[in-house]
Amino acid sequence: MMLRRIMLPLVAILALLGLFYVGLGMDSRALPSPLVGKPAPAFQLESFFDPDVTITEADFIGETALVNVWASWCSTCLAEKPYLMELARQGITIHSFNYRDTRENARRYLSADMNPYDKIAFDPDGEAGMEWGVYATPETYLLDPQGTIRYKRIGPLNPKLIREEILPLIAKIEAENR
Amino acid sequence: MNGDVIQTRLQDRLYATAARLLALAGLVLALAAGGVGTAAPLVNPVDFDTAEQEAQYQKLVRELRCTVCQSETIYESNAALAGDMRRRVYEMTAAGASEQEIIDFLVQRYGDYVRYRPAFQANTVLLWTSPFLILVVGGLIWMQVVRQRRRLVPREALTAQERDALERFRRGE
Repeated sequence: MMLRRIMLPLVAILALLGLFYVGLGMDSRALPSPLVGKPAPAFQLESFFDPDVTITEADFIGETALVNVWASWCSTCLAEKPYLMELARQGITIHSFNYRDTRENARRYLSADMNPYDKIAFDPDGEAGMEWGVYATPETYLLDPQGTIRYKRIGPLNPKLIREEILPLIAKIEAENR
Repeated sequence: MNGDVIQTRLQDRLYATAARLLALAGLVLALAAGGVGTAAPLVNPVDFDTAEQEAQYQKLVRELRCTVCQSETIYESNAALAGDMRRRVYEMTAAGASEQEIIDFLVQRYGDYVRYRPAFQANTVLLWTSPFLILVVGGLIWMQVVRQRRRLVPREALTAQERDALERFRRGE
C-alpha cells in the first residue's frame, strides 16, 4: 500500500518530466511545409535585372534547382550567402525570389560579393511569397526537373544541412531522372 | 546601537514587504488588463459591399495565425506577413470567396498551423478531447477515493483497559 502511494505519483511525475524533456528538445519554429511533394506554385513577376522581362514558375523548372528567398535587409541571408556561393560553384542551379526589397539595395547586396543566383524574380510585395508559403527570409526550396517541391527549409542553410540533406537529395533526384 | 540595528532590519523587512505587494499589484493589474482587451487593432481600413462580407473578414482575421509571430492572430500582428494575409483575406472576401475557401487557400500554403483555432481532425483529436479525458480520469479517481473512505470501519470505542492505560499515560506514570 505504502509502495503504491509513492510509486503512483512518482511514475506520473516521471512521465510529465519525460514529456517536458521531449518538448524542450523540439524546435517550435520547425514547421512542416504542406508544399513538399506539390508542384511549384504559379506566379508572375518582373525579372530582378530587367523589369521588361516576366518570370514565371516555368522559368524555375527544367532541372534540379534550389529556389532561395532572400532580401538585402536580411542579415541571416547575408550570412547564408557564402554557402549558396559554394553550391553555385559546384554547379548547382539556384534561382531566387528577391522578397520585399528594393532593386537598388538588392543590387548592392549582390555586388558586394558575387551573385549565386541564376534567375531572380522581383517580389517587392510578397505576392509570390504568399503563393509559395514564405514565412520569413531566408527560405530555400529544392525543385526536381518536373517542378515538384522536394524539400523546404525555413531559415538559413548551413554546412551540416547541405552535406546531410540537400546534396544527398539532389543526388537522389538526379539518379531518378537518369 | 543595538536599537539602530533592529530598526534598520525592521525597515528592510518593511521595504521587502512593500516591494512584494507592489509586484503582486502589478501582476494583478497586468492580468486584468490582459483580460479586458488584447492589443489595439492594426487593421488596414476595409470597405465591403455587404455586411456579411464585413463579418466574414472580421471573423477570419481573428482565426488565422500570423505564422512569423506565432502567438498572434493576423488581426493583432504588426508583421508584414500578417498585413499581406489580411490583404489577401480582404481581397478574397470582397471577390466573393467563402470562409472555407479562404481558410483552405492559406492552409494549402502555410499548413494547418495557420489556423489559430485548430480544426477538429484526426491529428488534433487528442488536443481537443484531452481536457475532457483528464476530467473523466480525475472523476474516476475521486470516486474511487470516496468509496474507499466509506468502506473504512469507524474506530470502536476504547475498552476499559485502554482507557486506564491512557489515563495513566496522561498522568505521566
